[in-house]
Amino acid sequence: METFLQQVVSGLATGGIYGSLALALVMIYQATDVVNYAQGEMAMFSTYLAWTLINAGAPYWAAFLATLVIAFAGGLLIERVVIRPVENAPILTIVIVCIGLLVILNSLAGWIYSYIQKPFPSPFPSRPIRIGSIVFGAHDLGAIGVTLVVLLLLYLFFRHTTLGLAMRAAAQNPVSSRLCGIRVGWMLAVGWGLAAAVGAVAGMMVAPIVFLDPNMMAGILIYAFASATLGGFTSPGGAVVGGLVVGVVENLAGTYVTFIGTELKLTTALAVILVVLLVKPSGLFGRAAVRRV
Amino acid sequence: MALLEAAALEARYGPTLVLHGLDFAVEEGGITTILGANGAGKTTTLRAVCGLVRTAGEIRLAGRRIDGRPTEDIVRLGVAHVPEGRGTFMELTVEENLRLGAYARRDRGAVAGDLERVYRYFPVLRERRRQLAGTLSGGEQQMLAVARALMARPRLLLLDEPSLGLAPLVVQEIFRIVRAINREDGVSVLLVEQNAAIALDLADRAYLLETGRVVRSGAAADLRRDDAVRRAYLGY
Repeated sequence: METFLQQVVSGLATGGIYGSLALALVMIYQATDVVNYAQGEMAMFSTYLAWTLINAGAPYWAAFLATLVIAFAGGLLIERVVIRPVENAPILTIVIVCIGLLVILNSLAGWIYSYIQKPFPSPFPSRPIRIGSIVFGAHDLGAIGVTLVVLLLLYLFFRHTTLGLAMRAAAQNPVSSRLCGIRVGWMLAVGWGLAAAVGAVAGMMVAPIVFLDPNMMAGILIYAFASATLGGFTSPGGAVVGGLVVGVVENLAGTYVTFIGTELKLTTALAVILVVLLVKPSGLFGRAAVRRV
Repeated sequence: MALLEAAALEARYGPTLVLHGLDFAVEEGGITTILGANGAGKTTTLRAVCGLVRTAGEIRLAGRRIDGRPTEDIVRLGVAHVPEGRGTFMELTVEENLRLGAYARRDRGAVAGDLERVYRYFPVLRERRRQLAGTLSGGEQQMLAVARALMARPRLLLLDEPSLGLAPLVVQEIFRIVRAINREDGVSVLLVEQNAAIALDLADRAYLLETGRVVRSGAAADLRRDDAVRRAYLGY
């Protein structure tokens, strides 16, 4: 029972991280129909920036906030400079551009910081937290808390601010939005910026667990794809729930199904993708794509 | 004095010329209607005014050239467009739709008062303000589209076939409100319609469009008496 609860909490922690990255994917997908394959590498690069700031002596939370701001600006800039010129190109062109971005960011990180793994600090105490007779990792609990705060802030932003409303409108109906005076192109750029910032949170929360290296997000991105597929690529809330489910299932499968262990954990994510696509392609909370032709 | 003036207006989709040099005007405080059959270029004319299609020729709003400017800027100059198909944000609530109408305004403080105003014009929207707009009936969505445009406090309202697909009573109601908006708030209107009878009733000036050319124009009352118009568009 203790092992079970510990594994669930630790699954929720990584699941929240998968969910955050999945949410970043879904935010961009909803606005532009583009799956941003570079989302993970953007998060990885942001995490390196945080590492640089912390190594230069900045307090953790100051570096954390500064990284969010830089990631936001970076995401915005990437949309304006790299994505906008191919905005109206066939979907395959945009996919290739995103993959190109992935490779560039990965190589750039390797070139600047080398491919050697670096430890990344956790802002939470290293001593485990004991609740009753069960011991939980403080970073796990902290990561869950950070994920919840990020989700709450995003929810409030999209529900209760004019800019958030305009972004939702721009994603749904670009022409109507323009007729309301909304600068749709900028809304997409802000969306990329927000997604990059959310991804940066995921990167900074996962780095203490997996260590910082240029390839650290490769696996996480697959989990994020599994999460978004499970929750439905059209549902932001679904992506988060999907992330939590994937995190917990992966952890429990690794613990209780002996042949999976740690080596085959990633395979469970791929299995989730496969099963969802076969059984319910729109995901748990997504809408089936209906297109007038 | 004309609020909106178009001169030698051309528009094309790809290589196909759709508008072949139109001249038309909407007087300040007036209602102008553009009539014509399917494919005559009525919708394109409105899209041209809003900068949603590429154009040649001149379009002036209160004397200032607006052709070639981005749609978002033209909207900020006081042009509100109720588009073909109503442009509803289906997955947003009725009230969110209305707030979006006021998005480009600077006087955000006055928006609450304007919400009250459009709810007075369209009481049914007040009842449904927390509902998703996609759940409204066609007539209610058309009302929402007009209400959304009013939230922008426009000088010029562009209406694209507000009668399309609606029951006669609903059409009457919408036209009654358009007339009220025109009289009480001094909003000028450019109305595109297939229903010539009701449009000529409302408008003071009319243009008849055939395959992208103006073939008749004049006072709405004169066009209503014009034999060719009567036979082709009024059906008696």
